[in-house]
Amino acid sequence: MAEYILLRHRDIPNIKDIGVYQEHGGFEAFRKAVTEMAPGDVTAEVKKSGLRGRGGAGFPTGMKWAFMDNRNWPHYVIANGDESEPGTFKDREIMEHNPFQFLEGVAIASYAVGANRAYVYLRGEFWHIAKWLDQKIAEMEAAGFLGDNLFGTDYSLRIYTHLGAGAYICGEETALMESLEGKRGQPRLRPPFPPSYGLYGKPTVINNVETLTNVPMIIARGADWYRTYGTEKSPGVKLFSLSGRVNKPGNYELPLGTTFRELIFEHGGGIIDGKKIKAIMPAGASSSLLPATDEVLDTPMDYESVPKMGGMLGSASVIVLDETVSIAWLVKKTVNFFRHESCGKCTPCREGTYWMERLTGRIASGEGALQDVETLYSVAKQIQGKTFCPLGEFSTMAVVTGIERFREDFDALVKAEASE
Amino acid sequence: MSSLAEKYPDEVQAILAKYPADQKRSAVMALLYLAQRDNGGYVTKAAMEDVGNIVGITANEVAGVVGFYSLYHDKPAGKYRLQVCTDVACALRGAVQFVEELCDNLGIKTGETTPDGLITVEEVKCLAACDHAPVFQVQTADGLTYHQDMNVKATLELIEQWRKEETS
Repeated sequence: MAEYILLRHRDIPNIKDIGVYQEHGGFEAFRKAVTEMAPGDVTAEVKKSGLRGRGGAGFPTGMKWAFMDNRNWPHYVIANGDESEPGTFKDREIMEHNPFQFLEGVAIASYAVGANRAYVYLRGEFWHIAKWLDQKIAEMEAAGFLGDNLFGTDYSLRIYTHLGAGAYICGEETALMESLEGKRGQPRLRPPFPPSYGLYGKPTVINNVETLTNVPMIIARGADWYRTYGTEKSPGVKLFSLSGRVNKPGNYELPLGTTFRELIFEHGGGIIDGKKIKAIMPAGASSSLLPATDEVLDTPMDYESVPKMGGMLGSASVIVLDETVSIAWLVKKTVNFFRHESCGKCTPCREGTYWMERLTGRIASGEGALQDVETLYSVAKQIQGKTFCPLGEFSTMAVVTGIERFREDFDALVKAEASE
Repeated sequence: MSSLAEKYPDEVQAILAKYPADQKRSAVMALLYLAQRDNGGYVTKAAMEDVGNIVGITANEVAGVVGFYSLYHDKPAGKYRLQVCTDVACALRGAVQFVEELCDNLGIKTGETTPDGLITVEEVKCLAACDHAPVFQVQTADGLTYHQDMNVKATLELIEQWRKEETS
């Protein structure tokens, strides 16, 4: 691509320094918003850009902002920096290397919804990023970009970091807010949604780090410019975290609608040792497993096309599996993850992930019977549609699609035992 | 034991100042990190009571928070908790072999502590560094550091360095 929009540190090495960031137009979008635009105009521009949530759900960002309940104050903005989906490591790169563009995005979102206080929620493992962002926030305060009466107006804003302590579930927006309130990170019933009942029961906008990092460029250059990237229904650029059995794992900033093939074989350098690609997990451990057929490889990675192949784009954390990987083993790993991360609030998820772990463990170790595969499938299907939040649903995706699409990998293991 | 508020008045104030005055409970997580630092890497019952008093909740409620999150500990372990990610993406890039070989070299199993009380090896969930596997974080009382693109040799050298620091 001609120019980076999110990973701008790859074009401008010291953009993490406030002076360098300003030399490259830094905070001009925030200034423009606060001094020249009404809050509603900022939201309208973001709406027009077609920006959709980059954390996984893909909900239109501007629409979310417009849902804020203006009868109930104060308003809050939260940046979701919990980034815990196995296979996802994009927000981390943004915050470590292009922190001001992200923080400016938080600031613009706050102005748009009338929040005077914003929080950056970070997973506990991002200890170093919390310290780093605290420093960057202090620099913004010293330079007059955060604090009281910004740009000579009556608008005031402060941003604070909040460090979690290791819990995948806190990436779910209502669990995150519980955690920010100092409680166990267990999800709340939705509705009500955060724009009407959020942090401390007040209207709250909660956006992913990557989503917010798009905002300064959209305000500075306009929605029409942003829409020149990506597709009609999925405009803009996306960070694809590529991992697994590829030669060059890493983050790739590409327009939405780029194919899996281009990501994996052109940018990612193909498969390790020239092995054959077997399957793709397009949305981390929560993914459905997509068999790597030509049709799938040529599918554009956007919010509309991936579901047509029986998967989701999610946070676009693309884990690549080659012919050396047994899907029965893989499913054991994903189920182990979700069993560990289940918050325990609802029974189908708490008990279901426990039983799925026992079954997948038995099958993968070669001690399973044919009946175990059937039971596993049945347990997963019974979890679906019955859990309190998406985590329980996620835990079943690889199991169900693994058995449906790669049944031979399971049969091979249980058969081997039977023949001994 | 004296209260964190008496021992570290400025830090406790700075933590509380991040949240609205009527929402002190939000400070519980940061205060628990402080308590953990103060006590060599784990939180005692007395500390939970103390944190509860600062934010106005019961010790039981604080214990509920400690138990929920994986980075709080209520029992002592090695000075360095070496936490290796063995989740899907890392496992596809050799993390499981890495942790097995490391443990063999140290003569312990995952979850155990070396006899000198210095190192505890733990398997943890995704650390958002899948492109740099094998990766681990080291948790001490003072915080966390990441170590990316690691191998067993480099890790043993790191451990050797800690041991030297310990004896010097």
